[in-house]
Amino acid sequence: MSILQLLLYLILFPLITALFMLVSRKDTGRKAIIQLSAIAIGIVSFLVLLFGYYRGTLIFSIDPDPVSQIMFFIELVLAAYILYLGIRHRKLLTVFLILFQAGLLLYFELVFSENLHIGNNLFLDQFSIIMALIIGIIGSLICVYAVGYMETYHHHHTEIRDRRNLFFGILFIFLSAMFGLVFSNNLLWVFFFWEITTICSFLLIGYSQSEEATNNSFLALSMNLLGGVAFMAALIYLVIIDPTGQLLSLNFLISSGKAVALVPAVLICFAGITKAALMPFSSWLVGAMVAPTPVSALLHSSTMVKAGVYIIVRFAPVLSGTTEGLIIALVGGTTFALASFIAISQNNAKKVLAYSTIANLGLIVACAGVGTYNLMWVAILLIIFHAIAKSLMFLCVGTVEHRIGSRNIEDMGGLIVRMPKLAMMMFIGMAGMFLAPFGMVISKWAAIEAFITAPFGLIFIAILAFGGSATVFFWSKWMGKIISVMRDEPVIEDTVKKEKWVVLYILTALVVIVCLIFPLISSVLIEPFILNIYGQTARLSQANLSIMLMMLCLLLIMPFSLLFYRKGAHYAPPYMGGRPVEGHMRFSGSMGVTRELVLSNYYMTDLFGEDRLFMVGTSLCWALLLFAGILLLGVIL
Amino acid sequence: MTYLKKSPWLLHYDASSCNGCDIEVLAALTPIYDVERFGIINTGNPKHADIFLVTGSVNTQNKQVLINTYEQIPEPKVVIAIGICATSGGIFRECYNILGGIDKVIPVDVYVTGCAARPESIIDGVVTALGILEQKRLAMKTKTKTARAADAR
Amino acid sequence: MIPEYLVPVIWAVLYLLLAPVAGGLIAGIDRKVTARMQGRVGPPLLQPFYDVAKLFEKENLVVTASQNFFVLSYLVFMAVAGALFFSGGDMLLVIFAFTLSHIFLVLGAYASYSPYSHIGAERELLQIIAYEPMIILTAVGMYMVTRSFFVSAIVTSDIPVILYLPGVFIGYLIVLTIKLRKSPFDLSTSHHAHQELVKGVTTDFGGPNLGKIEIAHWYEYVFLLGVVWLFFAWNPVIAVAAIIIAYFLEILIDNTFARVKWQLMIRSAWIIAGTLGLVNLGVLYYLRMVGVP
Repeated sequence: MSILQLLLYLILFPLITALFMLVSRKDTGRKAIIQLSAIAIGIVSFLVLLFGYYRGTLIFSIDPDPVSQIMFFIELVLAAYILYLGIRHRKLLTVFLILFQAGLLLYFELVFSENLHIGNNLFLDQFSIIMALIIGIIGSLICVYAVGYMETYHHHHTEIRDRRNLFFGILFIFLSAMFGLVFSNNLLWVFFFWEITTICSFLLIGYSQSEEATNNSFLALSMNLLGGVAFMAALIYLVIIDPTGQLLSLNFLISSGKAVALVPAVLICFAGITKAALMPFSSWLVGAMVAPTPVSALLHSSTMVKAGVYIIVRFAPVLSGTTEGLIIALVGGTTFALASFIAISQNNAKKVLAYSTIANLGLIVACAGVGTYNLMWVAILLIIFHAIAKSLMFLCVGTVEHRIGSRNIEDMGGLIVRMPKLAMMMFIGMAGMFLAPFGMVISKWAAIEAFITAPFGLIFIAILAFGGSATVFFWSKWMGKIISVMRDEPVIEDTVKKEKWVVLYILTALVVIVCLIFPLISSVLIEPFILNIYGQTARLSQANLSIMLMMLCLLLIMPFSLLFYRKGAHYAPPYMGGRPVEGHMRFSGSMGVTRELVLSNYYMTDLFGEDRLFMVGTSLCWALLLFAGILLLGVIL
Repeated sequence: MTYLKKSPWLLHYDASSCNGCDIEVLAALTPIYDVERFGIINTGNPKHADIFLVTGSVNTQNKQVLINTYEQIPEPKVVIAIGICATSGGIFRECYNILGGIDKVIPVDVYVTGCAARPESIIDGVVTALGILEQKRLAMKTKTKTARAADAR
Repeated sequence: MIPEYLVPVIWAVLYLLLAPVAGGLIAGIDRKVTARMQGRVGPPLLQPFYDVAKLFEKENLVVTASQNFFVLSYLVFMAVAGALFFSGGDMLLVIFAFTLSHIFLVLGAYASYSPYSHIGAERELLQIIAYEPMIILTAVGMYMVTRSFFVSAIVTSDIPVILYLPGVFIGYLIVLTIKLRKSPFDLSTSHHAHQELVKGVTTDFGGPNLGKIEIAHWYEYVFLLGVVWLFFAWNPVIAVAAIIIAYFLEILIDNTFARVKWQLMIRSAWIIAGTLGLVNLGVLYYLRMVGVP
């Protein structure tokens, strides 16, 4: 089986599953088909790794016709559909943007397409393998989880129309589009898959068809369309410079140097910024949390937004050393710091996760924008670790929400008693986000060591130091909330379905395993990729690696100490001034009144409030982007 | 060699005292008497304490509080009743709300009488209590030894 | 003589064995000096050791069994982090290991679901975020002067680090007050005020667990003063003098200032210390760019 066949399978097979989903009505057939498809996709992604990891960059020549014509046709149909929807819901901005984008598309097709001869349309290199693994493994796991989740979802929300066939169909179309995105070398194809993911996100956010969901879906659509317009502008620019379309090959564009590639790189990176929901475009991701949790897990934390940073990381060699690259990095860095601060003041679990995602994406972009070889290494590591840990967190929060009926962190107190296994998994997921020696800390550590040798690195180190401590704060207080031992609470997690447990167990294991084997991933996939581009590569020193491994093993052994303390333990109630306490923190207060103790975390909304910091972030980042735009204009003219 | 004698930590609780004895207890911490030179610290919560100093007598409201606080002190522990109110109810003995001295509710090891008890008497009482504490510690050690031997058999 | 690769191991073992002794003595000197400042005689020098020995003689009274795990992890990772530092490891990894161990203490306080522990835990988290940026900036400053993050390189370098990092040093002293749990920044648990929110983080720990927390604090003292040494590493005599003076200053500040609210603590640490540190590093960066060695 050739690698090309594997790639085509990954792009086309999910479409077949999507077709089945769209026509099937019953749930049982659906579950079996999804599970089988998920296993198939996972296995094939793994095969791509096995057959491709040692081959370096492979480029596949495929005849672009009739694929390109089909793509153009689909894009026009979708544009018409969005136009219709935009007019029906009276969303002026969407209507304007889709008309603008469709206009650019038509202009491109009519004026330039005859002269285009692009042969190298698909490719595979180590970075694509990494992205494919993330999409194939984590994506399929989330689809399997989604079956059980959506059943409970419709059980709880009988007012929402059951359009699950559409839901799952779009999920698989989305997977196909993501595979297409990371395997495409032809920028036109990348743009096509990019737009498909935008539409999938739009349809999935608006799934519940409530007014809030509809508004948020159009917000996401408008911001992503804005990015799409910038993408289209970049394509037109490239084809004006070279009408044969050779510059539309990604690998050729990146290696042709800054003079040629800078302008389109910045425009496409702007599209990446909108898709990755960095400030000033972060509101769409926060608003997208109204969607069912599998959507948040798949699109809005591990895959679609990763497409945004994927394209920016691809262009990092072009951006490195330039002022525009530095500005993009500053946008990322500002987003990281401010989103981390805002997350402190949020008590809605999904919003905390959303802001944490935005912050981490900002950090990845900050590394990519400065673009030295060791920062690229950090960026790719961050992508991997974040995708795994964050999707685990989203799925856990989804399950918890269905059991306790609330997304508020304050209602998750004592989860270790009420849902012990789930609380442990959340603990590991959160540890994976901010505790040494897990992945994200490794990345932050490597980031500091990399920024220190980069130009203007001191600004980014300051951002990392302050933003990083903010992340410690909000994760720790959430962790503390769920491990508080509130006695006499009933265990409510036995009703969770088996498939969900399987998915959650696998993801939890992945968090730990990837942390253990990351030196292997680095040497097999990441380092050759960077070596290829920059001629030198980065790695953590051997001594540090062994120390971290020892710490991780120590950390995994420590919980066994609980066995030693079981005998002869004496228990006492917590100190409440000696007051008579009954049951769950109900104490006898003054005047003989029985009161209940309520402990809540600090949210410090006057220091870290969402509105104020959002205002700060949006204005700062708009200023930076406008500055970059002015510089770009200077280059063009 | 026990270290309980070298580092006894107090917990001071005012049951229903007029604060006369409490002021004398706190006076013991000041530079004039400076009990910290014996390693004595006035801790804030029972879980850190060895010696439970109680002033004032028991009434219906603080009866359960006394018991709760006493139970939250880890073994080995001693209780010192400071002042005549804690010992037997003092001049408030026949009031309608007073149940009597604190030995009605928790076991007392040392009684320091006085109204108010003088700091020197309080320190003397604490020193006496340290000897009792040592006995309790030995008893606790042999008890756990026999318990472990019983488990082994 | 001794093979090269064993030297870090020996240093780590020496730290693991001797640091509690040194830390306990430092704690004892602290209490004696504080007592003298307050016009008292004060406890004997070895009092902290008596305290810990007594704590281990008490029964292990807990609110929930997981507290044992959290306190043990706190102690183990504190020792590991300090051992890493003294064996010459990467300064940033040491910092992250320390954060890990502090989080375990915080989680242990949360586990008991008691009001005082809860507030203590929140305040401890606030303290962590107050000092962490400054500590990272300290490590970054060391790198900028000595070109290495490894403690082994910083300690053997003969560049007078303090002359290049005066702002960072003052910033470090400010956060040292937080880390040593001294007034005005002893919000989460205080050595001298035993009744600030009933001992905060350590409220619901008794007996052996409290003893382990105390030993962990001793390990930490040795590490924190070791960082002061790094600033003066090029001249050991001056380094020892600096440590003594710095610690005496901390005791003096402890006894003269009242405890502040958390808002002021974060402001002092982030704005004052952060500005001092960043300006210092910015000046260094600029000088480096311009070509001054």
